[in-house]
Amino acid sequence: MRRNVIIKTVSRFLVPFIQVYALYVIVHGALGAGGGFQGGVVFAASFILMIIAFGLTCVRERFGYRWIVMLSALGITIYATIGLLCLIPGGNYLEYGSIEAALGIPHLHGYLIDAVEIGIGMTVMAIMTSIIYDMGDTGGESP
Amino acid sequence: MTLIDHLPVFLIAIPILASLLILVAGWWDRRLCYPISLVTILSQFGAAVIILAQVMREGTVRYYLGGWAPPLGIELAIDSFNGFILTTILLLSAAAVIYARRSVEHEVGPEKTIAFYVLFQLLVTGLVGMTITGDIFNLYVFLEISSIAAYALIASARKPRSYLASFNYLILGSIAGGFILIGTGNLYAATGALNMLDISRLLPASFELATVHAGFLFLVIGYSIKAAFFPLHIWLPDAYAESPSAVTILISTVMSKVSVYALFRIIFTIFTTAYIVDVFPVTGFILFIATVAMIAGAVIAIAQSDLKRMLAYSSVSQIGYIMFALGVANQVALEGGILHILGHAVMKGCLFMVAGLIIYRVGTSRLSDLGGIAKVMPISCAAFALAGASMIGIPPTIGFMSKYYLVLGALEAGHWLYAAILLLGSLLAVGYIWRFIEIAYFRDGRDRGSGAARTLEAPASMLAPMVALALLCLFLGIFVEGLMEIVGPAASLLLGGA
Repeated sequence: MRRNVIIKTVSRFLVPFIQVYALYVIVHGALGAGGGFQGGVVFAASFILMIIAFGLTCVRERFGYRWIVMLSALGITIYATIGLLCLIPGGNYLEYGSIEAALGIPHLHGYLIDAVEIGIGMTVMAIMTSIIYDMGDTGGESP
Repeated sequence: MTLIDHLPVFLIAIPILASLLILVAGWWDRRLCYPISLVTILSQFGAAVIILAQVMREGTVRYYLGGWAPPLGIELAIDSFNGFILTTILLLSAAAVIYARRSVEHEVGPEKTIAFYVLFQLLVTGLVGMTITGDIFNLYVFLEISSIAAYALIASARKPRSYLASFNYLILGSIAGGFILIGTGNLYAATGALNMLDISRLLPASFELATVHAGFLFLVIGYSIKAAFFPLHIWLPDAYAESPSAVTILISTVMSKVSVYALFRIIFTIFTTAYIVDVFPVTGFILFIATVAMIAGAVIAIAQSDLKRMLAYSSVSQIGYIMFALGVANQVALEGGILHILGHAVMKGCLFMVAGLIIYRVGTSRLSDLGGIAKVMPISCAAFALAGASMIGIPPTIGFMSKYYLVLGALEAGHWLYAAILLLGSLLAVGYIWRFIEIAYFRDGRDRGSGAARTLEAPASMLAPMVALALLCLFLGIFVEGLMEIVGPAASLLLGGA
């Protein structure tokens, strides 16, 4: 185990900022550069930083396999469900405009894109983190 | 817009949701995985049949994702050619998933059951996506989905050799994926389009560019690796022989066929016959290599001592027959080639099911250990004989029909020498099929003969799809006229006709 105070303190300080930036990138996806994938990767980067600073086991206790599976499944479900919801008012798959026109709420398609991007972000974040877990895993023995 | 109009997107979106459902339901109770998977694939098959009927009635079905028309958005396009392929792969997937249940219990182990069904579902979804997409980059994305699922499925047999087979396939598959991506990028650089129809419309203006030639070669070589076209087949025998039986059935019948489909699509729809005949003549070369593949695959198959490995090399040979159609590139030969995609899928699926049953009951697929196996597994060996007859090309099976059209096409194009070699290849098929028949029926078993009354026939859920496929070999051959009503328009569509 590392006992480096500087690394731990700086990481503790940086992680919230990285995560807020990740959320910004995800939500910004509807309007400009950014999106769920990029934001998800940035979010996963905060976990990677924590793994480097505090060790794999420590992070894994807080964010385990069950969380990863649930978040990744939930993310795709959000994406696919919103896509399918667009069929109800008579649009094509992922045709957000159809829901907006049917409900008469202005700018609804933007919010729907945000929701889809959040779904993508959750899945990407969970999968990226699980890849890091698997890479850091020594095959059953504790590191 | 009725619900029927949305079937193309349901074919992709519903199975992805189903694979998540399998994952979550598997936590609840592991026994729920199989029924969900079965229902999903069967309803996909039903949807494919409805779409094919609609295509035959009204012409090409197009679906714009998000309502964005092609230059901006991604479209799903189903015409008579890929409607036919779609129905074929889902028919075989349905047979494979019915067969899978017992095979998974036996070969994969309880702790991996959930992962197996999730990956199985994703593999089928990726292949369906590859088949129905009208966008060349989307094709690559679905190719990677199906490939990654396939790598993991091959390794799920939990034997050291299957890990090695999966790793080899991973390396070659990644090289192929890289080639395909470069080729796609080249086409995008030359035309600025990713939609297949757009590219084919814009491409003639830049036919002479080196970028386009390079892109063509990258795409053809990349998909040839995935399709296991002869000199690039080295990943295939291990991957087929070492994976669990249900996976072997799926990847041998469906996966390489979809890559062959992609090759046909790229060569005929995107580059069109004008390119491959006048600008960059490759048909003669492909014809030559395909002929070598037919002969070499069959000869190596004869030399094998393991049943599964023998069938794997036979697949190399049979891919040669389909590519032969691509090399001849006239109406009749393409009809034969497209028919052979279905025919080979059905008969090879049946043969691998028999091999899987033998492994399930006897525990080995070494030919020397299988003497007299027909006494204890009469139904399986009869199915093998029927599907084997189709593989050889004995009338009236489907194998005869497709080879008949291939030979007719070759003669029509004046390639009489190649036609003769094709017939020689069928003769070699007798060599490896008869070897098993001879061992199974006419050689004495070493210790199984004593318990003569004992039968080792497998459970009904494994027998039923196998017998169904064996009978299909026969019936498809007899009622080939009905099939030709789909295959004929598909072939003329590829050649640029109506």
